[in-house]
Amino acid sequence: MRHGKYPFVIGFLFAPVALYVTFVIWPYAQAFQISMTNWRGLSAPQWVGFDNYRRLLDDGAFWKAVQHHGVLLLALPLITIAIALFFAFLLNVGGKSSGGQRQGVWGAKFYRVVFFFPQVLAVAIIAVLFQMVYRPNESGLINGVLMKFGIEPILFLVKPNLALWSIIAVLVWQAVGFYVVLFSAGMASIPGEIYEAAEMDGATKVTLFFRVTLPLLWDTLQVAWVYLGIAAFDAFAIVAVLSVDGGGPDGATTVLAMEIYRNAFVYSKYGYASAMGVALFFLTLTFAALTLRLTKRESVEY
Amino acid sequence: MNPQSTLPPTPAALPPKSGDPSAPAGSGHKGPRSEVKLFAGLGHVALAVWAVIVIVPILWTFLAAFKNTSEIFSSPWTLPAELRWENFGRAWTKAHVGRYFLNSVIVVSCSTFLTMLLGSMAAYVLARYKFWGNRAVYFLFVSGLAFPVFLALVPLFFVVKNLGLLDTHTGVVLVYSAYSLPFTVFFLAAFFKTLPSSVAEAGMIDGCGHTRLFFQVMMPMAKPGLISVTIFNIIGQWAQYQLPLVLLSNAKDKWVLTQGIADISVNAGYEADWSGLFAALTIAILPMIIVYAVFQRQIQAGLTSGAVK
Repeated sequence: MRHGKYPFVIGFLFAPVALYVTFVIWPYAQAFQISMTNWRGLSAPQWVGFDNYRRLLDDGAFWKAVQHHGVLLLALPLITIAIALFFAFLLNVGGKSSGGQRQGVWGAKFYRVVFFFPQVLAVAIIAVLFQMVYRPNESGLINGVLMKFGIEPILFLVKPNLALWSIIAVLVWQAVGFYVVLFSAGMASIPGEIYEAAEMDGATKVTLFFRVTLPLLWDTLQVAWVYLGIAAFDAFAIVAVLSVDGGGPDGATTVLAMEIYRNAFVYSKYGYASAMGVALFFLTLTFAALTLRLTKRESVEY
Repeated sequence: MNPQSTLPPTPAALPPKSGDPSAPAGSGHKGPRSEVKLFAGLGHVALAVWAVIVIVPILWTFLAAFKNTSEIFSSPWTLPAELRWENFGRAWTKAHVGRYFLNSVIVVSCSTFLTMLLGSMAAYVLARYKFWGNRAVYFLFVSGLAFPVFLALVPLFFVVKNLGLLDTHTGVVLVYSAYSLPFTVFFLAAFFKTLPSSVAEAGMIDGCGHTRLFFQVMMPMAKPGLISVTIFNIIGQWAQYQLPLVLLSNAKDKWVLTQGIADISVNAGYEADWSGLFAALTIAILPMIIVYAVFQRQIQAGLTSGAVK
């Protein structure tokens, strides 16, 4: 394998590395630099040091967005993982066991296929779909029913304290199936003898879940938490399409990606938008470090 | 959840451990057993309810696509009075869904092909060749997994603009591919590492060059991994919304499906063409259902492949 190795290695690496450096690494490096300028796109950028970051501290929209990421970061993983774990357990271990063979409930395969489907759809498409579902008059899927029964329509996306939760509900709707499949894979790798032994000792399904499944699934749960955390820091497509005027009403659902987009491509405040991007970068990094620290726990060997 | 499952599998297989042998149903164990039964019942109900929650909005959209606007308002829950196929015609041509759909197909097939070609080349070299700087290049790629795209949104826009690629499909294809490389390289490098080196050595002895070895021996051997990552990339790039929004903003005829549908939903309010919007949504969703129905197993494996390492 020695002959002519280097020309080959360089030939194979050149194009991928060039593409990657041009469109990923180079922009990332520039983002830090632009965030220190007052660049508006027309004249040459002027160095302003940490001015943009100081302005961030007084920016109400920025703090609202950060707060919403906090809510998303707690609610999205908690709700999604709880529902997905419950379903995955039912689908994999919920059925009767015969001869130590674990079985899911009846129709498990069908449920898995249906639950997973929203994952295949683009978030932007789902957002348009739920615009229809949430419509505030009789043409909405939910309010159409409510109004038939003479109940006042619910203004899902218009009420400030309801709007963010309506959006979280859609994100959960999309995500649950993915995690059901993910957790199912994890549960399938737990040896049946462990369940068998626990059942011999008289463990109920609930005990099985909390004492056997959950501890043995810890690593998968950690992965799920990180994934959902990353999703919580994005949420651009859903907020941009589903919410009232991009993060509204009155900033009640805005997220950082939305504010970055608005500042950069509506107001042409490129320096300021980049500062937000850098802030988001450090938030993401903090989250990743915290997650790794908090969930660090001896994984159970089996 | 079946109540039987709280009992041991077969009486013979189990030495009676506690004071609860596998007695006939219901003997002195009524309380917990009916509780379990209740729990099992609730479990089934919960599963069915979630299935309904997933299916109904989509089905409801399909039905509404055949209605006219007054029907959508007066009877949102009934079947359409007649099958108005013209809604689809209007969405396809007048609202340009056909154009957007085609654009998405063009962009995603090009960018996935480019991603897979470049990604597997880089991954292969990084996984199977020792050379100076190998680790550095590998970490350069993998570090991209940790950064959000929008951190670099502003400079990215200007990089593309300065290259003269703004509002072109070429620009979008290159950017999609670049941002797909970290995961592709990360996953495929791990995959190429697992391939046996005996086959590669045999190929070299037979006078096979490095390049031929890669395309004719290693690529076919890596097929399962390549399929998973390809599916992952197709679905991820098909769903992209923010990048095309920024990179194609001034060229409406080049828009991809996600951005087109989102735009139609904004305009549907002004034009009061709700049935056209429902038809457009149906056109966007239906192909995904068909593709998913056919490749369901591969898609589930492909999308979760990133998490199950």
